[in-house]
Amino acid sequence: MAYMYSKRVMELFRHPKGCRKMENPDAVGEAGSFLCGDIMKVYLKIGKKKDGLFIKDISFQSFGCVANISSSSQTVELAKGKTLDEAIKIKNMDIVRKLGSLPSVKIHCSVLAVDALREAIYNYLKGKKLPIPKEVLESHKRVQKELKEVEHMREKVLK
Amino acid sequence: MKKIYLDNAATTRVAPEVLEAMKPYFTDKYGNASSLHDFGLEAAEALEESRKTLAGVINAKPEEIVFTSGGSESDNQAIKEIAFSKGPNHHIITSSIEHPAVLKTCEFLEKMGFEVTCLPVNKEGSISLDDLEKSIKDKTILVSIMHANNEIGTIQPVREIGRICREKGVLFHTDAVQSFLKIPIDVKEMNIDLLSASSHKLHGPKGVGLLYVRSGVKINPLIHGGGHESGLRSGTENVAGIVGFARACRLCRIPDNKVKELRDRLIEGVLEIKDCWLNGAKGDKRLPNNANFSFKFIEGEALVLRLNDSGVAASTGSACSTKSLKPSHVLMAMGLSHVEAHGSLRLTLSRYTTKEEIDYILKVLPGVVEDLRKISPLGGK
Ligand SMILES: Cc1ncc(COP(=O)(O)O)c(C=O)c1O
Repeated sequence: MAYMYSKRVMELFRHPKGCRKMENPDAVGEAGSFLCGDIMKVYLKIGKKKDGLFIKDISFQSFGCVANISSSSQTVELAKGKTLDEAIKIKNMDIVRKLGSLPSVKIHCSVLAVDALREAIYNYLKGKKLPIPKEVLESHKRVQKELKEVEHMREKVLK
Repeated sequence: MKKIYLDNAATTRVAPEVLEAMKPYFTDKYGNASSLHDFGLEAAEALEESRKTLAGVINAKPEEIVFTSGGSESDNQAIKEIAFSKGPNHHIITSSIEHPAVLKTCEFLEKMGFEVTCLPVNKEGSISLDDLEKSIKDKTILVSIMHANNEIGTIQPVREIGRICREKGVLFHTDAVQSFLKIPIDVKEMNIDLLSASSHKLHGPKGVGLLYVRSGVKINPLIHGGGHESGLRSGTENVAGIVGFARACRLCRIPDNKVKELRDRLIEGVLEIKDCWLNGAKGDKRLPNNANFSFKFIEGEALVLRLNDSGVAASTGSACSTKSLKPSHVLMAMGLSHVEAHGSLRLTLSRYTTKEEIDYILKVLPGVVEDLRKISPLGGK
């Protein structure tokens, strides 16, 4: 079945930004969708400035479709340079808006991208024994549940 | 950029000869085949000529051919109308890898009070004759098993299925939409009672198909009306389309060894890519124009659209390519995991496919796969 992807989605799919594995990241976050089986990983380097901790560098990897790759890429663009407090506030609909649009059955790809980013932030804060905001804890619980469901698929492909 | 079409299982280009043969039926010979005047006679003659051609290629009699709007309609009529003529509380057997035109029809009948058995397939996508034989019971009225599968090209043992059904006194329908004129079909020798075919898969126009109904088999129309097609399918005949269908048939060669050689060249070349395999059967149990691969670590929709950017038209069984977000039911029935179906790629050839085109895709595909693997968190490295 053919979808009409927006111009922006196709552009990011063809030339994704920050799409690579990062050497020595400060934190990694992973999210997976049992809806479609896509998996996404986000890498962060964290810096410090006057108003707090911020995302110095960010990259992602995606085992997913066009919408998945472009949502990740858009998230990277939105989150780079933001403080952690700001990054936590990024919502999946912010991604969709920036992308122009996503087919309704692909909205979950934008959710996955935001989830992976929050997971990375969660892992960073936890590692540093810093307080973890409520919304990050909540998405963490949900993501871990979903990941468990996609885990068996992953094991199968990795073996 | 040159465009390379390797999605011939989805549909095919209309052959130039077919288009030429159809044209007069739009411009000059546009009569209604039921009319009494010369225009009508001309159309009726063309219709009956075409019927003879189509009957001939499967060793049927002309009066056993019903023209329809395509494979989906033929499947629907065959299954629903056999079922309804016997009434609910009867049993139908099909397979888990049928086209939706068959599967959804059977699901519908299940809701209407029929019992349906869906036979499993092995990892090549073949049903077991043993399973079939064991599943047939007193209440069984119909077995519907496709001749060749549209995704993986696996050819079912239709001759043996036909023999078993005949012995047990059960009607046998086969969806031959993909196999029609690619591999030999003889409805008499294979004991086929009903068969569906579609014109647009063999370089004919879309929206035309046929249902073969063995004489003696009682079936009702799906579409009621003016009583066309001996009362079995009403609606003014699509004469131009039917003429095109017949012309397309006369252009086909069985076996088309050129297509098979190119397909084998394609398979050999693609399998040189790391972490990839062929889905489905090898050798004679596979349609000569079908190749279906899975690539580890990557997703099919992204693969198809990257290939599209390189000018290659292909298809995938990935969950992401469907509205339902479910991976191909065919690949899943063969025992592939969700993730393995995720990275599937179907390439289907036609007689217009050239060696240069195959070599071109063999040149671009490894780069596209590597590119997507680089960005995959499962990427192996
Ligand atoms: C095996 C099979 N059956 C049925 C159909 C439906 O045929 P049509 O498109 O003519 O309705 C197709 C085509 O998609 C097919 O591949």
